[in-house]
Amino acid sequence: MKAPDFDYLRPASLAAAVAMLTEHDGEAMPLAGGQSLLPMMNFRVATPEALIDLADLRELRGIWAESDTIRIGAMTRYAELKANSAVQKHIPLFSLALPHIAHDAIRNRGTIGGSLALADPAAEMPALMLALNASIEVEGPDGTRMLSADDFFLGMFETALDGELIKAIHIPVATSEQRFGFHELTQRHGDYALAGVAIAQTSNTYRAAFFGVADRAMRVPELEVALEKQDDFSSVLVHLDRIDFTDDLKANYKTRQRLAGVALKRALKGMIA
Amino acid sequence: MSRSINISLRVNGEDVRATVPSRLNLVDFLREELSLTGSHVGCEHGVCGACTITVDGETVRGCLMLAAQADGKEITTIEGLAENGQSAKLQAAFTKHNALQCGFCTPGMLASALGYVNAGGSADRDTIRQHISGNYCRCTGYQSIVNAICDVIEETSV
Repeated sequence: MKAPDFDYLRPASLAAAVAMLTEHDGEAMPLAGGQSLLPMMNFRVATPEALIDLADLRELRGIWAESDTIRIGAMTRYAELKANSAVQKHIPLFSLALPHIAHDAIRNRGTIGGSLALADPAAEMPALMLALNASIEVEGPDGTRMLSADDFFLGMFETALDGELIKAIHIPVATSEQRFGFHELTQRHGDYALAGVAIAQTSNTYRAAFFGVADRAMRVPELEVALEKQDDFSSVLVHLDRIDFTDDLKANYKTRQRLAGVALKRALKGMIA
Repeated sequence: MSRSINISLRVNGEDVRATVPSRLNLVDFLREELSLTGSHVGCEHGVCGACTITVDGETVRGCLMLAAQADGKEITTIEGLAENGQSAKLQAAFTKHNALQCGFCTPGMLASALGYVNAGGSADRDTIRQHISGNYCRCTGYQSIVNAICDVIEETSV
């Protein structure tokens, strides 16, 4: 199918983009890479009155290595993240996960900010933010604020953004005490996951974020504690009961729960520094 | 006015100016306005890869980009890749290995494979399979496509 009609706007600055968003009062959507939004529009799941194309906002592009964080502009594309040496060196979890995010042709357009703002429950990026304890810098009519990933994802395609645009993402630089794991199960390489998990381990504590399993990417605190206490694996898996697993044509909730356990097991097995 | 957009771009080396509806996909613009029907339209949601084209030297889904977003860009379709000889080796290898049957996926498959070969991709079959996982072929079972891509890489690296 084709997308319904909409106004195409192309602001030249972040301030102008925020003003346009305010002016349209919830009826406009920002267009980043468009790799999820355009299909949703073609399916007519999303029918914005206007698209605000962020392509010209240079201030949203770039990767900056700061003292203990890597700051990534919201419009930075997956392909740029994958090729960037600071990302490769300081965010090992990205190196594990990026090859699983769709395919080259999509990674050449898709952006980190776009994925976070959309908050698709099956997308990898929100889970990576949760595991890495990232902060999300957003810009709105009242200025800039920082949100922790834990406070950002509220539900299916629902975030804490309130008439705001994501400006940048701040990710703590990996330390020598940390190890990372990632695994996802898909029908075809590059597809959305039926179940997946991203893990950051710091000394003996864990942040494990699941995706593709429920209405949003999520951590299960009880499961993380069980990992820390080195409970036997079957006792760890019991805590997956806390997740309200998605039940759809691709996999019912029982299958998904089982797959989440398999993903967790494999991710833990493949932890890297 | 923001529902009809003026764009100027380069397509296969030629300057193009047009006024397009905001909702027009790039691949539909190429096919219907410029009669470049080599890029195919399959799923229209980025899954099948039949519309894969090159934008500023990078492979892109033609159905997941608006014509309006192509303003100022350099587009190369399969017609351009064939004309300038870039895809010649791959085309010959596809023919040699029977890497196509109905041909619907072939333009996208060639564009994807070219991206892989140009990026210095290895001749490892699993890696090739992973790379072309974004392109559906419903005829060949992929074996012969992988054979063809392998062939080109091995030939070029000698």
